[in-house]
Amino acid sequence: MMKSKADEEDYWNSSKYNAFTFDDADDELSALKETKKAVNSIGPLLAEDGEEDWERVSWSGEPVGSISWSVKEMAASNQRADREPAFPKISTETPSLGKSQSGISLSSLFKGKPKGGNLQTFNDVLGDPSLRLYTPELRKPKSEYKDLVSDWSAEETVQRLQQGKGVTLEKFRSLQDKLLLLDLAVAAHDGNAITAVLIYLKRTLCKEVLFRELESRQTALRHFIHYLTENREQRLLLELLRALGRTEEAALLQYKDYKNIADENKRRDFLKSCLSLQFGGEDGNHVQDHYTLLERQIIIEAADRKAEREGKLEVFQKFPRKASILNMPLITTLYYCCFYHYNEPEGTFSSPLNVRQTFKISEKQYFTTALAARAKLKNWTDVDAMFNSRNWLGFSKKKSPLSFQRVVDILQKNSAPTRVLQEYVGLVSDAELRIGLAQKHKCHDIVINTYRDMKDRQQLAEYRKKVERGSAEERKIDELLSNQQIRWKN
Amino acid sequence: MAHSARRDSPELPDLSLLKRLVRDQLIYLLEQLPGKKDLFIDSDLMSPLDRIANVSTLKQHEVDKLYKVEHKPIVSISDQICFLIRPRMQTVKWICDVVNADKAAGKFRRYKIIFTPQKFYACEAVLEEQGVFGDVTTDEWAFYLLPLDEDIISLELPEFFRDNFLAGDQRWVRTAGSALHLLHSLFGPFSKVYGIGRCSKMTYESWREQVEQGEQKARHAEIGNVFLIDRDVDFVTPLCSQVVYEGLVDDIFRIKCGCVEFGPEVTSSDKSIKVMLNSQDKVFNEIRNEHFSNVFGFLSQKARNLQTAYDKRRGMDIQQMKTFVSEELKGLKQEHRLLSLHISASESIMKKKTKQDFQELLKTEHCLLEGFEIRECISFIEEHINRQVSMIESLRLLCLLSVTENGLLPKDFKSLKAQYLQSYGADHLLTFSNLRQLGLLVEQQPGETLTVMESKVGKLVNDRTAVKLTDAFSSLAKKSHFRALSKKLNLVPKSDEEYDLRVPRDMAYIFSGAYIPLSCKIIEQVLERDGWTGLEEVTRLINGHEFAVTGADPKSKSDAQRIILVMFLGGCTFSEISALRFLGKERGYKFIVVTTAITNSSRLLEALLDNNV
Repeated sequence: MMKSKADEEDYWNSSKYNAFTFDDADDELSALKETKKAVNSIGPLLAEDGEEDWERVSWSGEPVGSISWSVKEMAASNQRADREPAFPKISTETPSLGKSQSGISLSSLFKGKPKGGNLQTFNDVLGDPSLRLYTPELRKPKSEYKDLVSDWSAEETVQRLQQGKGVTLEKFRSLQDKLLLLDLAVAAHDGNAITAVLIYLKRTLCKEVLFRELESRQTALRHFIHYLTENREQRLLLELLRALGRTEEAALLQYKDYKNIADENKRRDFLKSCLSLQFGGEDGNHVQDHYTLLERQIIIEAADRKAEREGKLEVFQKFPRKASILNMPLITTLYYCCFYHYNEPEGTFSSPLNVRQTFKISEKQYFTTALAARAKLKNWTDVDAMFNSRNWLGFSKKKSPLSFQRVVDILQKNSAPTRVLQEYVGLVSDAELRIGLAQKHKCHDIVINTYRDMKDRQQLAEYRKKVERGSAEERKIDELLSNQQIRWKN
Repeated sequence: MAHSARRDSPELPDLSLLKRLVRDQLIYLLEQLPGKKDLFIDSDLMSPLDRIANVSTLKQHEVDKLYKVEHKPIVSISDQICFLIRPRMQTVKWICDVVNADKAAGKFRRYKIIFTPQKFYACEAVLEEQGVFGDVTTDEWAFYLLPLDEDIISLELPEFFRDNFLAGDQRWVRTAGSALHLLHSLFGPFSKVYGIGRCSKMTYESWREQVEQGEQKARHAEIGNVFLIDRDVDFVTPLCSQVVYEGLVDDIFRIKCGCVEFGPEVTSSDKSIKVMLNSQDKVFNEIRNEHFSNVFGFLSQKARNLQTAYDKRRGMDIQQMKTFVSEELKGLKQEHRLLSLHISASESIMKKKTKQDFQELLKTEHCLLEGFEIRECISFIEEHINRQVSMIESLRLLCLLSVTENGLLPKDFKSLKAQYLQSYGADHLLTFSNLRQLGLLVEQQPGETLTVMESKVGKLVNDRTAVKLTDAFSSLAKKSHFRALSKKLNLVPKSDEEYDLRVPRDMAYIFSGAYIPLSCKIIEQVLERDGWTGLEEVTRLINGHEFAVTGADPKSKSDAQRIILVMFLGGCTFSEISALRFLGKERGYKFIVVTTAITNSSRLLEALLDNNV
């Protein structure tokens, strides 16, 4: 014990000129913990003394400034003192290590040997300056370190990974060793360690073997997929997904690439090439629609830009286009077509009816969009025409696939005048709802008529207070209230 | 709150200690790079950094210019550059580009990356691959915990949610464990830890290992109990519209790191102002947990009181006036300012909510929670999509429908998905794929969960009985887990009873009396039972991973035992915090909420869109 302490002090003293500084308190702390743990493992007899010794070691050797002192204070709150009764371990589903059982590395057999223990303390301290090196031997060519460093067992290596310390993975060369390392990292639930091992495996195993082994290791697999995604290794990721038979995911991943193509013609061609991919469920049809839509948008955009420039069409003069229609959603495109190309014959690409037909847009959806577009243009004749249907006797009747309440809502949002609103408020079948809407939009006639029909004298009298003094509405209410013919319910 | 609190509520520990510790640590790290240096900061670290240090702190430690990380070539002329970033591979790649560009131009500088809260091997691998390993030094700033208020601590890691639950990447598990460890060493020892969810369990294990590896000072505990909960235990709650003041402000104006920016529509000038929202704001503190319908009344009462206080000065003599000016006026003016601010904010909220038919939206939500008139809800959602109203809002309703109904019927799913893609763009195919993976928006598989049992039973009986059984099973399977949970835990109070929002009787008040948040109800039940006994059915429906462990025997029945740290892995909403505050007042507890980030429905769903990767 004392010897190992002396070793450390030797090291620290000699390393000062190396301009070594502690990265932060955590490294310092974890180094401390690590060392201490190793020390403790030597034997209970020595451990007690060791702890006291530890306290006195002034081991950073750096000038004590106020800031570093306070940083250390934080670290200190984690050291020293009695242990609390430990919390129990709870069973988390650890993947079975059965597969790799045979592959327990040689070095792990040495674990627990007194000598090994001692060396380890030495190691830990040596290891820290080379903290970030995967291959410390390259930077610290001293051969004595090299041997010692590679003495860590798989367990210790994973533990060091968890603590964010430097490790060397090169010694894990057999497949069993590599997989043991991976399984231990997974069992430790540390994503950072899992990914670190995976990066090493990716570098040292061929794809076929790596993919095969990952298939039975779902947690590791998900980490690998995420790593490849973040590292933008699209090609390898696609290979992996295909090897696993996850063709639907692969198809989506490939499709997603269209976002990186700015030029609309190239984008369209790319989407076309996606059509042969194996999408799941209805997704293939959606991608087909995406392609068809873009193709069409390109045609419409070219024609409309020309028409706008030439100034032939009045609608483009009156309502200049705010943006290009390229890459807009289908419904936005339909709205656009209803706005600029409403009366075109069904044969043209930009005709709303053609769009509706091609993309199988539901009646309700079409109606909603067309209504909003025509209302925006304040073309009330068109709006009116949308509702007209004639029955077999030739009487016209207003019909709508959308509730009239919603119709009023859409019209009002497009600032329809009261005269227009009134007509549709009147068509709301539910009396309560109708009154509510009529009051909101100041359609006095409807309110008054509805109360009359409901024979609600009280409400009508109440409403009289809300209308303007001396107005036609007020007079109408007065007439009704004095009408002897009506049999009021109250 | 309108109701009276239990008087013996214990005192909360002083969380500002956390701020001092990380500030000192940052300074220490900056001093590791002596001399003048330019500092590049990840944009999402700016606000957290603002809460613990200011520019003058940085300047004092020789930070010359501050830049935001923008993934573009840099303009700095300093010969020392420090990058303060989250451990993300793309950011590190950008730094490598900067270094390599300098090298190509023959420029020599010193570079340092400070990763916070920790570094990842994958990031270092990028440095190695790009050939700049060794040219750049790296460090870690263990900035795990940012106290947002006296009872809220945030890890400020919104990506925790997507990484952990969608990608299945456990990189943040140790971070969460370390955060817990820090709290344990400062305010522990904890005597009990309860938890539910896979990530909670792993976090517990990571923490326990760290405790074992380190040493613990025997100290007087300030926090006695801990509750860990995964966000995916309860997706319903964060998908609901918030109607408690603080949650509503977050939904509409987005509170960022405890600070909100009120635009011109609130300030009624052409400028925006930033306001800190926490318990220091006396007006806010009194309304933050109130149902919005009470806020106006409260504010006008407050305004009247203020008027009375101002009026006092009438009829004062000189001496009294002097005292009034020196002692009270400043406070009154401050209160006046805050009051008018919150009144304008409330007005603005009202305006926005009326415009978007909030009433109708809430009605739909309540129906979904109750499982009532589902067809009407579906057609409401359909019209919402047809009218191209807010893309996120439509998605939220779809998810709420799916989660409460345990998936959509295949024909509904097909039609709603198609309409959604038509309205908001085909690229949402990827969004749908993400939502399915997470189980937020799925197609019902008839009898899916029971097929195993079915086939087993099927073997034992003859065909005809098997058909009957299948029918019985599939009708069973259609019952959603949420409905079963809701029934078991009484999450939806009977609708025929009048609910007085001014005098809340349970946590349902945070959703207008329509629903008790599942997450908070579980916490309440476990604390009441001191474990999971009797909740077996509930944990089975949630898909388990529950635990309750005892560590140190509390030496005495100290106050610390009534201080409960609740850690939400994957985010929590302000509504949930309000509900826990209510529960605490009722039961004489005090809750400290630790969350990986404050979330709400928009943030939750935006994290699942696929436009950022």
